[in-house]
Amino acid sequence: MLVVSRATAAEAETGPSGPTPLPVAEPARVSLTSLDTLWFQVGGTLCNLTCSHCFISCSPTNRTHEILSLETVLSYLDEAVNLGVKEYYFTGGEPFINREMEDILTATLKVGPATVLTNGLLLDPARCQRLADMAKGSEYSLDLRVSIDGYTAEANDAIRGEGTFERILTGVANAVEAGLNPVITVTEVHADNGTDPGRRRFLELLSERGIVRPRLKILPVFRLGAEAERSGTYEDWQRLSAADTLEEGWEHLQCSSSRMVTDQGVWVCPILVNEPAGRMGARLADTLGDFPLDHQACWTCHVYEVSCRT
Amino acid sequence: MKGPAEPPKATSHKGLATWGDRLVPLEDFRDAARQFGQELPDAERRTEVAAYLAVAEDATPVEGPYERVAVFGGVYNNHFALEALLEHATGRGAEALYCLGDLGGFGPSPESVRPLLEAGNVRALQGNYEQSLSAGRETCNCGYADPRDNHFAALSYGYTEQNCSPEYKAYMGAIPPRRRIQVGERELLLVHGSPRRINEFLFASTTSVAFLEVLCEENACDGILCTHTGLHWHRRLPSGRDVVNVGVIGRPANDGRTNVWYAMLTAREGGLGVELVPLPYDHESLAEEMQRETLPEEFIETVLTGWWTTCLEILPAQERAASRF
Repeated sequence: MLVVSRATAAEAETGPSGPTPLPVAEPARVSLTSLDTLWFQVGGTLCNLTCSHCFISCSPTNRTHEILSLETVLSYLDEAVNLGVKEYYFTGGEPFINREMEDILTATLKVGPATVLTNGLLLDPARCQRLADMAKGSEYSLDLRVSIDGYTAEANDAIRGEGTFERILTGVANAVEAGLNPVITVTEVHADNGTDPGRRRFLELLSERGIVRPRLKILPVFRLGAEAERSGTYEDWQRLSAADTLEEGWEHLQCSSSRMVTDQGVWVCPILVNEPAGRMGARLADTLGDFPLDHQACWTCHVYEVSCRT
Repeated sequence: MKGPAEPPKATSHKGLATWGDRLVPLEDFRDAARQFGQELPDAERRTEVAAYLAVAEDATPVEGPYERVAVFGGVYNNHFALEALLEHATGRGAEALYCLGDLGGFGPSPESVRPLLEAGNVRALQGNYEQSLSAGRETCNCGYADPRDNHFAALSYGYTEQNCSPEYKAYMGAIPPRRRIQVGERELLLVHGSPRRINEFLFASTTSVAFLEVLCEENACDGILCTHTGLHWHRRLPSGRDVVNVGVIGRPANDGRTNVWYAMLTAREGGLGVELVPLPYDHESLAEEMQRETLPEEFIETVLTGWWTTCLEILPAQERAASRF
């Protein structure tokens, strides 16, 4: 069987298919308290960038998950409305490489609020104007989250690729010009990105670019995919067990209140879509049960109290 | 600082999928994924969904029936507005007055609230402030995520915490967490944040109708009255139920007006009349007292201008777009 490390894609080697999980005495299990947030992997794992910290290694050729069609999204929206989903999030890959993305948003905004996680490169003035019109015409919020990974071009471009710093900020400026106010999303890929001085630098940068009400969200990195290659995988001890269960339960974890739809079915969360064990079923109704927290990324969510929500 | 990392070759995924941190043939990944999870027959799916949507037990007694009630949230120590409310609401024929919690925070002189609530025979339920203060928590548990919001939330909570006696905190702890009332033929559930969480923010623009229908269904009620966000709204659901965020009387609604808001509910033939009522009060005296108590200038500015200056990061896109700051 062909198994290749990401770094040496051309060199085949023999071995088991996929990483072997460490044995865990008894994994903690998280139940679905309520399905509040539904995610769609609308861009699949296809992206116009190849960021070196991407936990699902998205790239222009990564077809692990394919682009979602409007028709597929509509069928899950029907199911979601029946289950009382509160809000919808769209990610990829890059959502705006999906040619049906704006139709998907129009349909979604009829039933609930929508947030799009984008790298900002496709936020040209015309698209931003259409999105702003959509936002103004809806009783629900349409929000954008734009990723940037350094407050200098040098720091950002080292992660997201040459020249992206200026292109991202141009996209943000186009959005602001149209009347949108994206949440700038930063990962702790550089040590000071999430510190108080680091936050201040990001806020200053946005203010220098004329953004008067800067919104900022900081996220930790997940040592998966490209990021594992960049900075190393998890340590053996970075893993949860039933003994870690808190008195108040696991409601701080987003898997207690969300699911992720890709072209291959419904997954427990946006992080584990490149782990086959993260798949919970074909339809939302298949995925209302609990899930074992035995992936090392679960440790990150718990320890850093991560929520991919805004 | 490291130079730009060597980007992986764009062709590295041809025919391959990412599995964790390795590349495997695409079909190996997809075959493995198909083996995980479950694909239930339709009948079992219906059973799963029915169990998921099942009605939760709730032994909360039903108060009323009433013809007309006034419901308000978030006093935030604003005894000037509370005094104005008692007169305004009773003057407009409210038979009963309900407060949806958060007696403290933001404003001055916390212990001035209880005597007014008692004088007005107001029936209250606990907000996160009452819960946190009576339990001796270090934070208000408002549910903010951004450090800029939490900075002012901590100033606000710290002042109220220091100016409440142990007896006052015990009084707060004895307030019930939820109530049910009957207005005409409608049975309404009264909560602080949401029926599920005391600190859940139900903003108009991020709360879907589908979600509210299920919430009413699961709680076996004809409507829900809540507060916590500080912004009032009313939605009549396709089922005919009503969900009302009654707003707060503690600070203005971030609309450039100095008045605050409450809700008046009236029994109507076959339904419920819902009116969101603007309430003017002596906001200048409030600002003066806040000044004397050396509360943050940012809070006082909000009282005098009607625009929020703090705790803005929690706002969804639409509500933030309508803000001045």
